[in-house]
Amino acid sequence: MSPTTADRPVTGLWRATAAIVWKDLTAERRSRELLSAMLVFALLVILAFNFALDLDPKTRSSVTSGVLWVTFIFAGTLGLNRSMAAEKDRGCLDGLLLAPMDRSAIYFGKMLANLAFMLIVEAIVFPLYSVLYNVNLFLPGLLLIVLLGSVGYVAIGTLLASMAVQARTREMLLPILLFPVTLPVLIAAVKGSAAFLGGLPMDEIRPWLNLLVVYDVVFLAVAFMVFDFIVEE
Amino acid sequence: MPVVSNTDAVIAVHGLTKRFGLKSVLRGLDFSVVAGEFVALMGPNGVGKTTFLRILASLSRPTRGEVWVAGCRLPQEAASVRRRLGVVSHQPLLYGDLTAAENLRFFARLYSLPSPAGRIDEMLHLVGLYRRRHDPVRTFSRGMQQRLAIARALLHDPDLLLLDEPYTGLDQDAAAILDGLLRQIAAQGRTVVMTTHDLGRVAALATRFDVLARGRIVASASRQAMGEAQLLRFYRQAVNGEVAA
Amino acid sequence: MTKTPTALKVLDAVSVLLLAVAAWMVFAYAPMERTMGLVQKVFYFHVAANWVGMLGFLLAAVAGGAFLVTARARWDLLEVAAVEIGLAFSLIGIVSGSIWARPIWNTWWTWDPRLVTVTVMELIYIAYFMLRQGIEDPDRRARYAAVYAIVGFLSVPLTFLSIRLFRSIHPVVITSTKAELSPKMFQTFMFSLFTFTVIFAALVWHRFRLGQLAQRIERLRLDRES
Repeated sequence: MSPTTADRPVTGLWRATAAIVWKDLTAERRSRELLSAMLVFALLVILAFNFALDLDPKTRSSVTSGVLWVTFIFAGTLGLNRSMAAEKDRGCLDGLLLAPMDRSAIYFGKMLANLAFMLIVEAIVFPLYSVLYNVNLFLPGLLLIVLLGSVGYVAIGTLLASMAVQARTREMLLPILLFPVTLPVLIAAVKGSAAFLGGLPMDEIRPWLNLLVVYDVVFLAVAFMVFDFIVEE
Repeated sequence: MPVVSNTDAVIAVHGLTKRFGLKSVLRGLDFSVVAGEFVALMGPNGVGKTTFLRILASLSRPTRGEVWVAGCRLPQEAASVRRRLGVVSHQPLLYGDLTAAENLRFFARLYSLPSPAGRIDEMLHLVGLYRRRHDPVRTFSRGMQQRLAIARALLHDPDLLLLDEPYTGLDQDAAAILDGLLRQIAAQGRTVVMTTHDLGRVAALATRFDVLARGRIVASASRQAMGEAQLLRFYRQAVNGEVAA
Repeated sequence: MTKTPTALKVLDAVSVLLLAVAAWMVFAYAPMERTMGLVQKVFYFHVAANWVGMLGFLLAAVAGGAFLVTARARWDLLEVAAVEIGLAFSLIGIVSGSIWARPIWNTWWTWDPRLVTVTVMELIYIAYFMLRQGIEDPDRRARYAAVYAIVGFLSVPLTFLSIRLFRSIHPVVITSTKAELSPKMFQTFMFSLFTFTVIFAALVWHRFRLGQLAQRIERLRLDRES
């Protein structure tokens, strides 16, 4: 009917992905609901660990990585659920499905936004933990592990959250689906982090890094391939 | 047997069947719409109007049958057809935390519109929300959200507009504004298919009335044939299976 | 479809026979193990059960892939059957492992990588059923289940690798013994493996038919309603 849209039939994948990431970040900047919930929850978990494990300075360094990763994983679940619920509850997912674009953009867009939220929470928890427990967490190797671990977690988490959100028991269901499948990420991230914190030689750390990279690649690819089957009807 | 696609036929549906698991909702439905028509699709609750509209909107796949929308076969060519469709459902499909303008900007990006800012302003003026464009959608009344939803549906200048019970939850004023908008849209020559319960509203707007019952279109009549009272009788008879129009 | 096909009846009979023979082999044919004694004989069925559990999950993942590609309901039915039966056999594997460990190492549980991996696998498949229960629309339920069956199965080798790596850096006192098998023991072992695989096939087939029957009843019920 009019020449405005006829010339470009389908929006490019990265353009659409960027639009979705922008949308999520803007909405979050406005409401701040997701990040504040994740952050408060993370701090409460660390507090609980502090008393539950009775961390004296000597044992503390060896459990640091474990406490941090369990915290991130629990807080991450919260973020994943809320991010997907925002699309489902007001039927917004239909709006995304109606757009003339590759539907993988929905997966990548949500995944990158979820990753951003998780990294923001981690970026706040790290200095806080460093100060509370007098431990230096700003090692480049450690930050790399945090990045790789978060990517793996969010890659599969976004996929499973998009399924769990359709169930009535979504808050319960997502952790049940997610935790057993992301166990390799948890183990590799905790062990890799502890190794960097303990100053172990690279030879001992490299297997953990490799495992994380393999996991990330495999599950990003798998999620990308099956996502269409989840959103189509 | 493939339907001969008439170049004027914006929608051509032949033998459409839709099953959810083992339950059949649409059974061998035939339907066609020519450019410029305003079709009111009526039917009892739960008969499958929304299901049918979702299939036309490429949101749902047909179990069996042929569906052609804007010259594209669904579901195979769904990606090509989306650009030419505008959809308004009973949920607003809007992000509450974003402002009206931001919502439209987001969709303008998804549709790759060349000069979004101008188009967004134009649409906001059309639906009378320009002054509220920097307010979060969360603060909008149901009527205002519906108007913004229409702005979103028209943003990319679609040939075909699909509306699913758009009057749901609107008060008199909002409904009157929606009337005006739909009249404008029809006057622009766009093709419209609207499902509705509200026979009164539809009697004045639509050029054609179809009744969906028992899984298929059981009756169809053009507007010249009747006024509102006749329309009600026509609808009741069709649903009770008394007349084949 | 209401009568059991002949092939399945034969398979049933063969399964019973094989199980009888396998039991005889385990108790009479295979020699008594020197250090562990009678309880070592759990090993034959324990490994076979775990192997079959793994087979079930592989079958489920393949059926899931087939369902996503073809959208034919029979693949979904096969997937459910494979997961259920696999779940049961893995449970037998885990419990028999506990029974074996208790008298030997005085503990009900070892953190052996294989044992932990099988347990995690078991949890994934319990989660699978919870996912199925949570989704009401049948088409969506089948699609989601297929996706999770595939994802779950793919995570298992990575889980195993990560736990094994974990263990190699932190060697634990208890290690699982893979004692040398004498020829008779090896034969018994392989025969048990084979027997359990046949029993698995029979049970999956039965469960698949059960699913088909349930679907048929549902269809009849819906036809009557409309």
